[in-house]
Amino acid sequence: MTPMEPVSKFIHEAHSGEAAPGVQRIDVDAVSSKELRSYYASRQPIYPKRAHGTFRSVKWIVMAVTLGIYYLLPWIRWHRGPGLPDQAFLLDFANQRLYFGPIEIWPQELYFITGILIVSALGLFLVTSLAGRMWCGYTCPQTVWTDLMIAVERFWQGDRNARMRLDHSSWTFEKIWKKTATHATWLAIGLATGGVLVFYFRDAPTLARELLTGEAPVVAYVFMGLFAFTTYLLGGIAREQVCIYMCPWPRIQAAMFDADSLIVSYKGYRGEPRGPHKKGQTWDNRGDCVDCKACVAVCPMGIDIRDGVQLECIQCALCIDACNDIMGKVDRPRGLIAYDTFRNLDATDASERRPVRFVRPRTVLYSTLIAIVLGIMGWAWMTRSAVEVSVIADRNPLFVKLSDGGIRNGYTLKILNKRHAAQRFSVSVDGIAGTEVAIVGHEARNGPESDIVVDADAVRALKVYVTVPLGAKAGLSGGSTPLSFVVTDLESGAQVIRDAAFRSPGP
Amino acid sequence: MAGHKEIDAVTGTETTGHVWDGDLKELNKPLPRWWLYVLYACIVWAIGYWIAFPAWPFLDGYTRGVIGYSQRNEVAKDLAAAKEAQATYLAAIAERTPAEIEKDSSLMEFALRGGGAQFANNCAPCHGRGAQGFKGYPNLNDDDWLWGGTLEEIEQTIRNGIRSGHTDSHESAMPRFGIDQVLTTAQISDAATFVLSLSGTPGDAAAVERGKAIFDEQCAACHGPEGKGMREMGAPNLTDGIWLFGGTKADIEETIRTGRGGVMPAWDGKLDPVTIKMLAIYVHALGGGK
Repeated sequence: MTPMEPVSKFIHEAHSGEAAPGVQRIDVDAVSSKELRSYYASRQPIYPKRAHGTFRSVKWIVMAVTLGIYYLLPWIRWHRGPGLPDQAFLLDFANQRLYFGPIEIWPQELYFITGILIVSALGLFLVTSLAGRMWCGYTCPQTVWTDLMIAVERFWQGDRNARMRLDHSSWTFEKIWKKTATHATWLAIGLATGGVLVFYFRDAPTLARELLTGEAPVVAYVFMGLFAFTTYLLGGIAREQVCIYMCPWPRIQAAMFDADSLIVSYKGYRGEPRGPHKKGQTWDNRGDCVDCKACVAVCPMGIDIRDGVQLECIQCALCIDACNDIMGKVDRPRGLIAYDTFRNLDATDASERRPVRFVRPRTVLYSTLIAIVLGIMGWAWMTRSAVEVSVIADRNPLFVKLSDGGIRNGYTLKILNKRHAAQRFSVSVDGIAGTEVAIVGHEARNGPESDIVVDADAVRALKVYVTVPLGAKAGLSGGSTPLSFVVTDLESGAQVIRDAAFRSPGP
Repeated sequence: MAGHKEIDAVTGTETTGHVWDGDLKELNKPLPRWWLYVLYACIVWAIGYWIAFPAWPFLDGYTRGVIGYSQRNEVAKDLAAAKEAQATYLAAIAERTPAEIEKDSSLMEFALRGGGAQFANNCAPCHGRGAQGFKGYPNLNDDDWLWGGTLEEIEQTIRNGIRSGHTDSHESAMPRFGIDQVLTTAQISDAATFVLSLSGTPGDAAAVERGKAIFDEQCAACHGPEGKGMREMGAPNLTDGIWLFGGTKADIEETIRTGRGGVMPAWDGKLDPVTIKMLAIYVHALGGGK
């Protein structure tokens, strides 16, 4: 075991002096920074200080919206008709349907989901090339839930200093109840997260009742417990370690940055050389950074943004708020830490710095790809038919010789009715003159078979026998003659035609 | 190694005290504690598992486990649940005639699926998986029926069998004209030529003439004067293109010489009446049902 860091290191800060008039210098180490992070040491806890400002407000709003969507979405109702689920957003695996409001996806239409995933990935690429790790910093569930867990921790245990003091105090009654309250709240949040997750897969009000009365399927409890546990573990305990060690996205993202991507960054050209600022001292020949370490103290990842862009930085922008606050106090322009581009950071001269260009080959490419995929999906959706037909020819036997010398083939005809109402169809066969069609369960043996009813949102399989009588055998060519099934929607008159083959003993 | 506490200068970590090649040392990096605790938890879990579930084999059995779990019981439970789910359908099928069942689409679907499964289990060995039949075992897809192709007739055949020994079995025997020396080899050849001519295969006119005389005398009693067969005798129609024992002249001569009589077991008693009804519906729906 590695020996623990000396406790005193963390509780010094009250005595660490001033960075500038009225600005406390915070004694904080960027524990995740490259220099301080040892491969051989245990994790050092991070005690993020509360930030105030524009980006903190934005993050609260994003948290409220994303969590609100997550927790409330399954409760939104959407009337579809009798016998169909009235949940707006439902992944109904049991009945092999996915419902998204007015959209209903059948198993064979999963390519729509593929399309949504492709658009999501490209959207992520676009946002990253425009403004860096927006996803990581604001909307990633890991970030949002960790932020929530930290807020809970702060509510029960106080801000940074109070939490550090509590952690390094002995187990008093106060420590026990504060820790218990924190972990209990985390578990409750985890339980709510897991509890809501299962609502996406089964009618929410029904399942909620079942969960409470103990009648829900075992799998619902298993997933609820699993996600309760992972939410507690990843959001409450593991936190930044998930982003640093577990997540592949930080490794991939560098490929989407270019010189014009906006990145949360410390403007070294403005801040350096850094150092404490005394009252009445000139700001000439020195940087604006007073080295107060406020940016380090608020960082949930435990890094020093002044070290430059680094894998550990999720670009949550809280350091911008912290620094702007300090800049206000020392009466320097805000934005020492801000969204800026690599081009501006690397520039050696102010004349090379310029406003960000949003239209670049990279962003144009991503936007075009998004438009193309959306276009294809839109087209597929518009031309999606409400009726689908498939024909499967019997293979055992391929054909049957009848006593009068005729030949009969059997087919399974499947009619999918995607409408939310029962639909009537007729079936006929085209391509060989003189064929006789019989459908098992339907009396009429000649002509188009009418009145085949397919229930709402259902598939109906029909056994169809097609006979070429002796007199019509001249119409057969070789061992296989093309013919087609015509399924007519009796309401709209729309026809679906499916090609098939009629097998016979050969020439 | 007790008391050894060498600290590696580069990493600040204790070494294990093992030294290879004079200077090669190993850092003491034990398993993370949580990992170790998971191992201990698994051991505790395993002990609980031994107690709760069937675990230790003996020569004459095994420990049953205190909660009495058994995979066989699970299967029995699943089967009972399936039976229960099928019960309403089976009851409905039991009290309706096959014709009534065919009119109810959900009942019909159930009967077709159930019948199909039973067909694969019981009938496919002789009639083939697709009911296409083999030489001596009739094709059930076509419209040629020895003992009748209506739902009732098919159900009766399945229930009572053919030459099965069942009291209500279909019974008939075609004489062994050659073996029992009723007809000579030449007469058999003539009769075969005539039979072939019934389904449109031309033969030597004189032979056909001679064969017809033999047919009228020996065969027409069962196969009918025109060779169209007789349902009551299970005598096949000889004028169509379907041959149960082969349609070449040699096949037909062999049939006349040795007589024919396939056997189908009676399923009465082996299968319950509902299953037999579902089988009849399935076979009837194969396409040739009357």
